[in-house]
Amino acid sequence: MADIQVHLVSVERELWSGTAQMVVARTSDGDIGVMAGHAPLLAQLREGFAARIMEPDGNVLGVAVHGGFLSVTKDGVSILAEDAQLSDEIDVARARAAYEAAKAQGGESAAAEAEFRRARAQLLATGHDDV
Amino acid sequence: MSAQVRVLRQRVKAVRSTQKTTKAMEMIATSRIAKAQAKVTAAAPYAKQITDVLTALASASTLDHPLLTERDEPKRAGILLITSDRGLCGGYNANAIKVAEELGALLRSEGKEPVLYVIGRKGLGYYTFRKRPVAASWTGFSEKPTYADAERASDALLPAFAVGSAGTLPDGTPGFDEMHLVSTHFRSMITQTAQVRRLAPMDVEVVEHDYTHPGTELPMPAYEFEPSVETLLDEMLPKYVRTRIYAALLDSAASESAARRAACKSATDNANDIIRNLSRQANQARQAQITQELTEIVGGADALATIGTEED
Repeated sequence: MADIQVHLVSVERELWSGTAQMVVARTSDGDIGVMAGHAPLLAQLREGFAARIMEPDGNVLGVAVHGGFLSVTKDGVSILAEDAQLSDEIDVARARAAYEAAKAQGGESAAAEAEFRRARAQLLATGHDDV
Repeated sequence: MSAQVRVLRQRVKAVRSTQKTTKAMEMIATSRIAKAQAKVTAAAPYAKQITDVLTALASASTLDHPLLTERDEPKRAGILLITSDRGLCGGYNANAIKVAEELGALLRSEGKEPVLYVIGRKGLGYYTFRKRPVAASWTGFSEKPTYADAERASDALLPAFAVGSAGTLPDGTPGFDEMHLVSTHFRSMITQTAQVRRLAPMDVEVVEHDYTHPGTELPMPAYEFEPSVETLLDEMLPKYVRTRIYAALLDSAASESAARRAACKSATDNANDIIRNLSRQANQARQAQITQELTEIVGGADALATIGTEED
């Protein structure tokens, strides 16, 4: 199976780049899986969800994406994010604590809502699907 | 006489301690230039990607987004000026402020009232000292700007642009029809130039392609958009403005460090010259003092000898 070139770029630096079998992300219209040969696409990623990059060796890389876009061209896939963390950079315990705190507060203010989404994206990226 | 030597020695000591400071600042600035340039390089992939994506979006859209269209009879224009938080960087701030002032004068001559936004303590100080109004200011990060800093600035500017000259924001700041950015571009270690860029409305460059020619590839793939093109433009253009402010902050940070390095290097060199001159004067004074003392002793001995011979 053909692989695709993936670039994960945040504003401050390029976080990750390499080949992958498939990229799964949640856009504003729903989950999407991009494999080699996908039609060119430009999509907005939903806040508070994680993207998954399936590497050719079967390894799955979770990424918490904040303020992101997905761009698919014939050369590959780019995930553009204002901020993003790879799963191995995320402190799960802290994300869990932030998630619970934000959840208890409820979505009262915009700041609390943003915090809640951020924490949920981090938990989803590290494979905690119970949120 | 010995008082003069002492004073000169003291001045040498004072200059030497100042030189230690400037030397240290020069070395710190040198290391910061490299760091700032690394950040500029690290931010390049995102800037390139977002430009590519926007190009694709723009080719598919009708280009009637407020951030892209020129407004009729603009009344006010926002200026975002980037300066440093600390001094000792030569003409860095003076140049940036001068360019901002020239821009303000130009806008006024075109019938637009400038609204000032300032980043950096030095620029803010310039305007508050002259009791001139500043719509908003941000300080404390000029040497190490982060994306969050660019975000705060753009969060203040974009709503003001959105309401236009006719409106005011809830907090009383007037809106405007144009947005300009004054920053300093890092040309080289020696040259940094203050420059003006227009942030909004953006200049749209139309590139014609000859698709009929055989062998030419379609430059833009036929994209699918999720959600619609308009919604995506709405989301992306503000992010693009933010990216440009962030890039300008990084560029200015590198320029600031380079300007500081140059200024501190010439201060250190000047201190060396001063130390050399003062030591020379001090040595001369010391020599003169010794000569005088010798003359006095010899003169005294001669006088005694003369008295002795007269007594015989």
